[in-house]
Amino acid sequence: MRLLACGDKAILVELEDAGERRQLEEALRRDPVRGVLEHVPAARTVLVRAVSADQVPAIALRLREIQVDGWTTSSATPEAEPVRIRTRYDGPDLDEVSRQLGLSGAEVVARHTGQLWTVEFVGFAPGFGYLLSDEGGLEVARRDSPRVRIPPGSVGLAGPYSAVYPGPSPGGWQLIGRTDEVMWDVTRDPPALLSPGTRVQFVDVT
Amino acid sequence: MTGPVLVVEAVGPLATLQDPGRPGHGALGVTTSGAADRPAYRLGNRLVGNPEDAASIEVLLGGLVLRATKSVTIAVTGAPVPLHIDDRAASLCAPLTLRTGQTLSLGMPISGLRSYVAVRGGIQAERLFGSASTDPTSGVGPPPLEVGRALAVGDKTSGPLGATDVAAPSSPHLDHLVLRAITGPRHDWFTPEALQTLAASTWTVTSDSDRVGIRLTGPALERARTDELPSEGVVRGGIQIPASGQPLIFFADHPTTGGYPVIAVVLDEDTDELAQTRPGDRVRFAIRRAPVL
Repeated sequence: MRLLACGDKAILVELEDAGERRQLEEALRRDPVRGVLEHVPAARTVLVRAVSADQVPAIALRLREIQVDGWTTSSATPEAEPVRIRTRYDGPDLDEVSRQLGLSGAEVVARHTGQLWTVEFVGFAPGFGYLLSDEGGLEVARRDSPRVRIPPGSVGLAGPYSAVYPGPSPGGWQLIGRTDEVMWDVTRDPPALLSPGTRVQFVDVT
Repeated sequence: MTGPVLVVEAVGPLATLQDPGRPGHGALGVTTSGAADRPAYRLGNRLVGNPEDAASIEVLLGGLVLRATKSVTIAVTGAPVPLHIDDRAASLCAPLTLRTGQTLSLGMPISGLRSYVAVRGGIQAERLFGSASTDPTSGVGPPPLEVGRALAVGDKTSGPLGATDVAAPSSPHLDHLVLRAITGPRHDWFTPEALQTLAASTWTVTSDSDRVGIRLTGPALERARTDELPSEGVVRGGIQIPASGQPLIFFADHPTTGGYPVIAVVLDEDTDELAQTRPGDRVRFAIRRAPVL
């Protein structure tokens, strides 16, 4: 665990791997540290924001006491039913993804729908969940040039992650399909369909 | 709750409701938002005897006209705008009475960008994650003000009206703004020269700056590492260097995570100055080493 100052009121905690990051995040949720305003988990880091600058040293000491050894393999809540995302696999980058993986389009779809995904963390925009699967095997590079506007509901792949774009936004992910599921709706409680630990099952309705 | 009290008769480039924002939901991708110039926003609430978290109107470049349908007490703070109640000039940073039928007009600010209209009782608005702040980028919070919108006022008073003689005038603008900063979590992703250049140069604010980020132009900052940084959490005041090499300072509505390295971070209390920087304004950084944690 490496603690990096991020301004005068936050600490960026860098961890060895996603397993350690999950453990730290769980510890912070289970046993909140005094003086912490919020924490923002990401791939291998957790940003810890303090209420005030003078609390940062004490928070740093408490963070160092949290044991992380990376032994967990998944942040999924196993007892919960997975969220089913009905997807039409007609995305503009399906051919490119097939080429990168050396699979047919049908095999890409079978692999995407054939494994359970888990929301690792939410970032970028409200409702944008970074999904990882237990089995992997769909790792692709980002597009060379990002798209200016991606329609809401687009299902994409980038690196080891899959995600569904909640609203129209720019983005560089490889788009393989589209869903009508609403990922973010402020009139709903909770507004986000996906939160960290949510399990996701993609269902082919092409 | 008193029902509609103010009707929007005109708006300038942008007017939104703001309060201290909604920290605590970054793990959902929801950014803090809230008033861009927090001291100016808080001063307004103090002047009208509100608690410090009552919702006010953040007005970008003036142009706002409000008509009172009931007598109400207001105060205007932040960027100094020519202020009128009907045809009479009115004072900034002072509690003012707007009587039934009167209009309050904010002209174009002489300097700065954002003014705040605080209303005694606070403006009533639906709260999402505990805040009425508008984040236009991600569509969280009430929509920006538009002509014809009626605003209700709440009963969130906490004390008497503020005395005008304690109201600090806004600080004078120097030739350039100096922001204190400390080295960022990824300063070692840059060449040593890049950090020196950041500290030694005068940067110019560009016109594509907004509540998401303040963009600067100046010499390009070179990276020592060119591999892709996995996305990580960012803060208001974080100075991110994207592929262009030109700094972007994350501001009130920044995305919760960013994928480019942060070379330095502006001290939180200095970020309020950014709310009043205009395109073409010049900025320098006074950078010191981050403490070892």
